[in-house]
Amino acid sequence: MIHSLFLVSTAGHIFLEKHWKSVISRSVCDYLFEAQGKASAPENVPPVIATPHHYLISVYRDRIFFVAVIQTEVPPLFVIEFLHRVAETFQDYFGECSEASIKDNVVIVYELLEEMLDNGFPLATEANILKEMIKPPTILRSVVNTITGGSSNVGGTLPTGQLSNIPWRRTGVKYTNNEAYFDVVEEIDAILDKSGTVVFAEIQGVIDACVKLSGMPDLTLSFVNPRLLDDVSFHPCVRFKRWEAERVLSFIPPDGNFRLMSYHVNAQNLVAIPVYVKQNVSFFETGSSGRLDITVGPKQTMGKTIEDVVITVHMPKVVLNANLTTNQGTSTYDPVTKVLVWDIGKLNQQKVPNLKGSLSLQSGAPRPDENPTLNIDLRIQQLAISGLKVNRLNMFGEKYKPFKGVKYVTKAGKFQVRT
Amino acid sequence: MSSSSAFNDEKGGSSSVGEPEYGHDPASGGIFSSDYKRHDDLKEMLDSNKDSLKLEAMKRIVAMIARGKNASDLFPAVVKNVACKNIEVSPPRPSRYRDISQTDPNQLIRASALRVLSSIRVTIIVPIMMLAIKEAASDMSPYVRKTAAHAIPKLYSLDPDQKDQLIEVIEKLLADKTTLVAGSVVMAFEEVCPERIDLIHKNYRKLCNLLIDVEEWGQVVIINMLTRYARTQFLNPNANESLLEEGGEKTFYGSDEEEGKEDKVEAAALVVKRKPYVMDPDHRLLLRNTKPLLQSRNAAVVMAVAQLYFHLAPKAEVGVIAKALVRLMRSHSEVQYVVLQNVATMTIKRRGMFEPYLKSFYIRSTDPTQIKVLKLEVLTNLANETNISTILREFQTYIKSMDKDFVAATIQAIGRCATNIGEVRDTCLNGLVQLLSNRDELVVAESVVVIKKLLQMQPEKHSDIIKHMAKLTDNIQVPMARASILWLIGEYCEHVPKIAPDVLRKMAKSFTNEEDIVKLQILNLAAKLYLTNSKQTKLLTQYVLNLAKYDQNYDIRDRARFIRQLIVPTDKSGALSKYAKKLFLALKPAPVLESPFKDRDHFQLGSLSHLLNAKAGGYQELPDWPESAPDPSVRNVEVPEWTKCSSREKRKEKKVEKPFYSDSEGESGPTESADSGNHTEEQKKSTKSKEPKDRSDSESEDEEESSTESSESESEEESESDTDAKKKKKVLLSISINHTLQGTSLRYYILKKWRIYVSFCVALLLKCSFPSPQAASPTCGPLKTYELLHRITGEGLAVTYCFSRRPFTGDPHMVSVQIQFTNNTEVEARSLRVLEPKLQSGMRIAEFPEIDVLPPGEISTVVMGIDFCDSTQAANFQLCTHTKKFFVTIQPPVGELMMPIFMTENEFKKEQGQLMGMNEITEKLTLGEGCRGDHVIIQRVISTANLSRVPCGSAMECRFAGKTVTSGSLVLVTVVTKEERAAQVTVNCEKMLIGTMLVKDILQALSQ
Repeated sequence: MIHSLFLVSTAGHIFLEKHWKSVISRSVCDYLFEAQGKASAPENVPPVIATPHHYLISVYRDRIFFVAVIQTEVPPLFVIEFLHRVAETFQDYFGECSEASIKDNVVIVYELLEEMLDNGFPLATEANILKEMIKPPTILRSVVNTITGGSSNVGGTLPTGQLSNIPWRRTGVKYTNNEAYFDVVEEIDAILDKSGTVVFAEIQGVIDACVKLSGMPDLTLSFVNPRLLDDVSFHPCVRFKRWEAERVLSFIPPDGNFRLMSYHVNAQNLVAIPVYVKQNVSFFETGSSGRLDITVGPKQTMGKTIEDVVITVHMPKVVLNANLTTNQGTSTYDPVTKVLVWDIGKLNQQKVPNLKGSLSLQSGAPRPDENPTLNIDLRIQQLAISGLKVNRLNMFGEKYKPFKGVKYVTKAGKFQVRT
Repeated sequence: MSSSSAFNDEKGGSSSVGEPEYGHDPASGGIFSSDYKRHDDLKEMLDSNKDSLKLEAMKRIVAMIARGKNASDLFPAVVKNVACKNIEVSPPRPSRYRDISQTDPNQLIRASALRVLSSIRVTIIVPIMMLAIKEAASDMSPYVRKTAAHAIPKLYSLDPDQKDQLIEVIEKLLADKTTLVAGSVVMAFEEVCPERIDLIHKNYRKLCNLLIDVEEWGQVVIINMLTRYARTQFLNPNANESLLEEGGEKTFYGSDEEEGKEDKVEAAALVVKRKPYVMDPDHRLLLRNTKPLLQSRNAAVVMAVAQLYFHLAPKAEVGVIAKALVRLMRSHSEVQYVVLQNVATMTIKRRGMFEPYLKSFYIRSTDPTQIKVLKLEVLTNLANETNISTILREFQTYIKSMDKDFVAATIQAIGRCATNIGEVRDTCLNGLVQLLSNRDELVVAESVVVIKKLLQMQPEKHSDIIKHMAKLTDNIQVPMARASILWLIGEYCEHVPKIAPDVLRKMAKSFTNEEDIVKLQILNLAAKLYLTNSKQTKLLTQYVLNLAKYDQNYDIRDRARFIRQLIVPTDKSGALSKYAKKLFLALKPAPVLESPFKDRDHFQLGSLSHLLNAKAGGYQELPDWPESAPDPSVRNVEVPEWTKCSSREKRKEKKVEKPFYSDSEGESGPTESADSGNHTEEQKKSTKSKEPKDRSDSESEDEEESSTESSESESEEESESDTDAKKKKKVLLSISINHTLQGTSLRYYILKKWRIYVSFCVALLLKCSFPSPQAASPTCGPLKTYELLHRITGEGLAVTYCFSRRPFTGDPHMVSVQIQFTNNTEVEARSLRVLEPKLQSGMRIAEFPEIDVLPPGEISTVVMGIDFCDSTQAANFQLCTHTKKFFVTIQPPVGELMMPIFMTENEFKKEQGQLMGMNEITEKLTLGEGCRGDHVIIQRVISTANLSRVPCGSAMECRFAGKTVTSGSLVLVTVVTKEERAAQVTVNCEKMLIGTMLVKDILQALSQ
């Protein structure tokens, strides 16, 4: 399956290689560089590249290309999904997935990769098992190691998680404060057209959990209105049959942070769009200038305030500069990347934020045909825009009383306004 | 020393400034410096008697290997540590691992020992490994058996002769009933013996039932394998419907409704004749048990189920996958890319499935271009009479996008919608005509090309559009667009009788400055006008033909000669000229605009081959449905017997296991939590068995399920009794258990260290035993080395070069030449560099970075790039040291002037079709003595020329493709073998000189 792995920075520097079968010369990455040269941005590099003797499957994450080299047929998604899992594991272990952190922890990275793949086939990819085998670096441990001179990661326990039927949970978890928190995060994906009518809108949500419970708790989470959920996908710990039959989530949770489920809200329900946007971006035929006028206001907010509103506009290449004034927040225009960012903050009912001013174009250049799209970012606390509500959380199998909490947040996902 | 490492060292040296160093003592500073004795400090550390220093040194060596540095000279120093006393550092001999893997009471340790053993890749230990795998395969711990399954492909790749024995082991492991083993053993099955589908029969139902509890990676492998299995064992559930569907399709596309109706009737009659289809219960079982996995968080699992449904499910049931696939569109862009490719293929066959999700494929300005284009493809496939207006409105906004490649793709998509849906053809055409006044030339050009195709369908209505386009010839410069306009005017000159001659006049003026395709179309236009309106255009035509007669391009000269003979009546012109009008102005069928994803579904969806639209190595063909179902009873399992046998086994196991088991229980952690852990596990099991299980359709399956349950409950009992036993001993043994806990976990970690150590020794060894970089690419033989400077003429400095066949990093138009310097003198050679290259015009050189010092007896390798301009003329330059200058010459063999490209058989044939005539050179030959069998031919051709093999179906033919490095002209080579060692080599290449020389070289290589 996976033959070798190369980690490559955007600058084209191969800073880590690992081979599971035989050594493949790093020159194989030249084909990636060739593709990168052709692509306008790193995101545009095709994920699968065929070379005369190998196939390169790569993912681009956190400014790093994870390049897997394979020689024979394998489902591409299998490799892509695995590479993302590797990146997530690094993130989990080192707090960030960056060139510097990987280089700093190269020995742990090697140990991780050695455990995650055996002869190119995924072996242990669950964070819980990995953490039993390879301890994440902590400041305390590195201090102790320096003082005592020992530098091995020998743990006092065996990684028995690999043997169990529930590989995602360690045995012998113990906490003094037993807590279980659930975040219901919903994102609105929408495309609005010039006049503000909805071209397309849907709600996608996830439930992220942070469970710190001792022993082997068996949890049941039920919803007030489970019918809203149209399409769901679960962490492997969720018992699917019970969901099918009773519409409750029944599971033995992994220890720590994990994504319990992600869902899609029934398409029949009309999506409430929390803001309205009035915009007018126009370029004049003469005088190489243009005008911009954007107004944003709250619409259907269910009585909550909208926070962290940011509007990002990718301007056409000919726009040299923008001279804009606003009555709320700050606006900046980066003439190099041609991105206008208007950071508004909170939306008030009384005062409607507005941004207007003139755009100066490259002199002599023709008026741009295209109009820029506005990308909107926002956040509403304590509201799940679909109306989804958690009913209750029950715990079986353990005697203590855990502290439980549910938080709701609505965010803008891919929220675009066409002009 | 290998070139790659030298190259990297040099790279590493330059970049080390900004990088963190691994370690802080002064000794570490030397690692990345250019000092050739840089490993001395590490050697010292390894040789020291402090274990901490040794560990530190090992860590740094790991870091070096991670960066691809050559650390092979450290190997002896590392090996010396085998004798080290600290067990954490030194590993024992292989046979000792086997002992551990068999005898250690703890399963984790047995498994770990087997992993260490199987990662030692030395053929000598094959028998030991084989024994260890066999033993482990019948181990009582499922985890050890899983490890055994993992070891199988490793041993197989080490020694393929062991296949038969390994198949026995696989057969045994396939019968395993635990979820832990299932995924790994199917993986081994796929790698070692995917053709032995008969091994699956008895395990089919069990695999289906276990599937949901297998870990996610195993699920993907099992589902893909079962898809293939089902295709060989069950009947096509859509056999009847596909007949109906064909009828339906026809009525949809064709305007002749009546015929369609007839078809339907016929189809219906056929359906009646056929036996009613009843789905095999096993087929149903597979579909039912995979469906819940559509809810998996792992995109690969979802895709695997989706392809299974697409290939196996009755048409009415396939729809369920659409929702899950649409969900994946929210995932990372790489996942989207793969999913969209598959959705595009699916939408061609089953459009209805994705229609409700049309809006999910709408394009956002922030999507990467490749995603945009794929979404566009899906939208186009989904278009029909009802939704076309929405789609076209959407397309309108796309045309305003800033991403011009995407705009071009949108215009193509509009064209396709217009051809497929007659109602909107005029609307589309009007929209496209409006685009002709767009400011961006690429947009206009693309529209012209599409309009041309659309006009061909009903030209008589649109003479005004043709007139409009004629005006555009003054402004549009894109050759393809100009050619399209000219072709249109020529083809429909009767509709625009006044304008056409004038266009020809303008073109005649600019003829010499036009691109080749435009020139050809001017000739066409001239010929057609001459035939329809010779009065006005006779002289113009003659003028154009004369210009073409002296053109540089032989195609144009040929065409001019051909046209002249055909249309200008002379005494000699034969019967053909009478038919000139028919030849030139025949009614041409309108082009069909097809999706590039059409017919891709003959590849298994979700596979790499499907994505590339070419067979990847090791791809298992998805078989066609059988005409009649093979005997379903092969899957029946003699239930009573195996329950009996297994329970006996269990009991035996129990007896043996007891002492160990309690031991390992103790190890699993602090006592109470292990206790409670067990408890909940049981609970989970019991809730599971409480869960409403779908009652099975067939008897045997029923029995099987119940037996699985019974075995489950047995194991429950087992663990219960175990806990009991432990509870009793708990107080007494708590201290001693703790003690053994220390011992076992230490043993485990030592083994883990050893495994990492072994894999890292292997990495070290591989680095040193294959110094040349090409060792990694299996089909490419050793590279030929040429002498640049002889030891004697170079006064002690010997220089050789070879063509490394890698793309030159700095400039894609250069051939990379790897140069190796050897200093045979007693003194250092300083500042080696290139000076005063004397090159033919057009040739360029990218000099290698100057080598500061080459100490006596050392070897150094560098890479330089030369652009030979696709000629075999030599590059001359001077090679300088700090004291001397030498004149040297590099002359490339013709085979090195190209680089391999990846191509499918169809693409190959298409390209070959365009390179006929003078571009094709064919020679016959008799193959040499040693030249038997495909692989020898492939090997020889590839070592002669830097080409890549084109996967091809026929055993008699080998095809190779490449392009010249500088101009990128295609080089296509076909070798056809015939009886009695006769063979024929064909080279198609636009550059005839290269073609001729290449044929000569290949002939020589093959006839040796």
